[in-house]
Amino acid sequence: MKKLWITLTYLVFFLLLIAPLGKMVMGAFEGGLGGLGDALARPEALHALMMTGLIVVTVTVLNTLLGMMMAIYLVRGSWMSGGLRRFLNSIVDLPYAVSPVIGGLMIVLLLGPGSAVGAFFEDIGFKIVYAFPGMVIATLFVTFPLMVREVMPVLQEIGAQQEEAASTLGAYGWTTFWKVTWPSIRWAVIYGIVLTVARSLGEFGAVLVVSGNIINRTQTATTLVYQDVENFNVISANSVALVLAAFSVSLLLLMEWAKKRREVR
Amino acid sequence: MHVEVRGLNKHFGDFHAVKDVHFGIEKGHLIGLLGPSGGGKTSILRMLAGLETPDSGEIRFHGELVNALPPQERGIGFVFQNYALFKHMTVFDNIAFGLKVKKTPKSQIKDRVMELVELTGLAGFEKRYPQQLSGGQRQRVAFARALAPEPQLLLLDEPFAAIDAKIRQELRSWLRELIERVGITSIFVTHDQDEAIEVADEIMIINQGRLEQKGTPWDIYKEPKTPFVATFIGESTVVENARELKGFEEAAGGSGTRALIRPEYIEVGGPDEFRVLSATEEGIVRHLHFRGSEWMVEVEVGSHKLMTYRSLEKDTLQPGQPVRVLVHRAYLFNDERSWIEENRLKVDPMPVII
Repeated sequence: MKKLWITLTYLVFFLLLIAPLGKMVMGAFEGGLGGLGDALARPEALHALMMTGLIVVTVTVLNTLLGMMMAIYLVRGSWMSGGLRRFLNSIVDLPYAVSPVIGGLMIVLLLGPGSAVGAFFEDIGFKIVYAFPGMVIATLFVTFPLMVREVMPVLQEIGAQQEEAASTLGAYGWTTFWKVTWPSIRWAVIYGIVLTVARSLGEFGAVLVVSGNIINRTQTATTLVYQDVENFNVISANSVALVLAAFSVSLLLLMEWAKKRREVR
Repeated sequence: MHVEVRGLNKHFGDFHAVKDVHFGIEKGHLIGLLGPSGGGKTSILRMLAGLETPDSGEIRFHGELVNALPPQERGIGFVFQNYALFKHMTVFDNIAFGLKVKKTPKSQIKDRVMELVELTGLAGFEKRYPQQLSGGQRQRVAFARALAPEPQLLLLDEPFAAIDAKIRQELRSWLRELIERVGITSIFVTHDQDEAIEVADEIMIINQGRLEQKGTPWDIYKEPKTPFVATFIGESTVVENARELKGFEEAAGGSGTRALIRPEYIEVGGPDEFRVLSATEEGIVRHLHFRGSEWMVEVEVGSHKLMTYRSLEKDTLQPGQPVRVLVHRAYLFNDERSWIEENRLKVDPMPVII
């Protein structure tokens, strides 16, 4: 009986993870190394990878700052009433519950050319939807809970006393944050960054809706893979996917390493 | 520093945590805030530190209003219940924190920290992290850290609560000496009356957000101002109807007066042990408990159970043995007032007048 379960577990593991990954790698090398190189050297592929890279960097920076601020306010913000804090706390999880496609759609409806805000920005020559800013907003929406949910429990666990002690010793906000709070939440933030990078690297639904998927303009790596598959361009799709997968795997390894470091401390 | 508090009030939601508290503390005194848990002691301490804002009332240091000053500007040292040491810093860096923040020159920081390390008996531990220290050592680091920037007022929140009994005893006398040597005005919160009596120059008894009484430990023990203080300090038994006690019939007046009697107010023994036998009444020993240095005797007088101690030097009593019981004094209280009453029969009824 036990053996059966073990076999079944391995089987599921193989079918869900190893087989698709193997198929993808093989597919990418179907045309040999040259095929892989050609697929990646296409201008639209390079542009898509660059787009993805830009989004990852922008979103990670913004989400790290916003997420940390949000976590600190939710845990320490005694100036907010308890009810408001509980409300905001549950709102943070919204992106988990809402499908990314719907999240993207909300952004299009709110900030698209058809809306008042969108029209205003369009007039002053700043395009949000179907352009880079919209894609960043969409990805931010999807990744927002990741940083908050990593940092909040750590802040709760360390409590406010160390910070209060610092204030009675004469330290003001920034000094207290850098000298007392930051060393305690550092690893949680690194964790949150890894998760944010991974999520924004692979985000598809929200970005597809918001970007409009315009080749060489707003196409990202994931939406390019989708288009290549649609066009039966299997080698190219697999090649770009392989690049994304390689990034994700290295991120996972980085996260494992970070976890070990955290345990050592 | 001279501390003055007027009409202090604090609410947490619907809960009235501190109710109209007034007090003044003289420079250099060591004050114990004593009372049951949840009585508002810590809230008062946190308001003095500026970590909590009072709803109304004035806090003055040296006669100057400090209500609007943030904790950073108040010149206080605060020792937290769980010490709140910076766990990613060494003992040295913990103690040096307050000085570094004030941009004290490096050489001066080193001198001051080493001085405090020496003073608190932590020499040789400067390079350790808080996790590598025992509870008592952490406590000392917390003191040293609070004292480093030379505050004028030291506030301690349950400083010994997290330390085991034996070391607590040592730390108490150590703290007393240290504070005397440094000469700093200090206020500490505790729910342990032995601790307050042993360490403090003056005690403030706080109950349900109110300051019940302020005075030296001896004054509070001798003359409790409210029934709460009387029951909270020392051991005691309450007799519902004080008139039933021999020697207190008149003093108790009408019914509804209750008596609170401490074990040390009562004497038990054979008839030959009393000078004025007429002041005693009969009782029966119910239980005897050996308390290490004396006997604790539970004696039944009429319908009352009283408790007292008896020296090991005297004849050992037996349960069930009839004895004479003398109540020297009682703390009487009714709805209107409370007072200390001596046993009126104790005075020789037929004094020999020359």
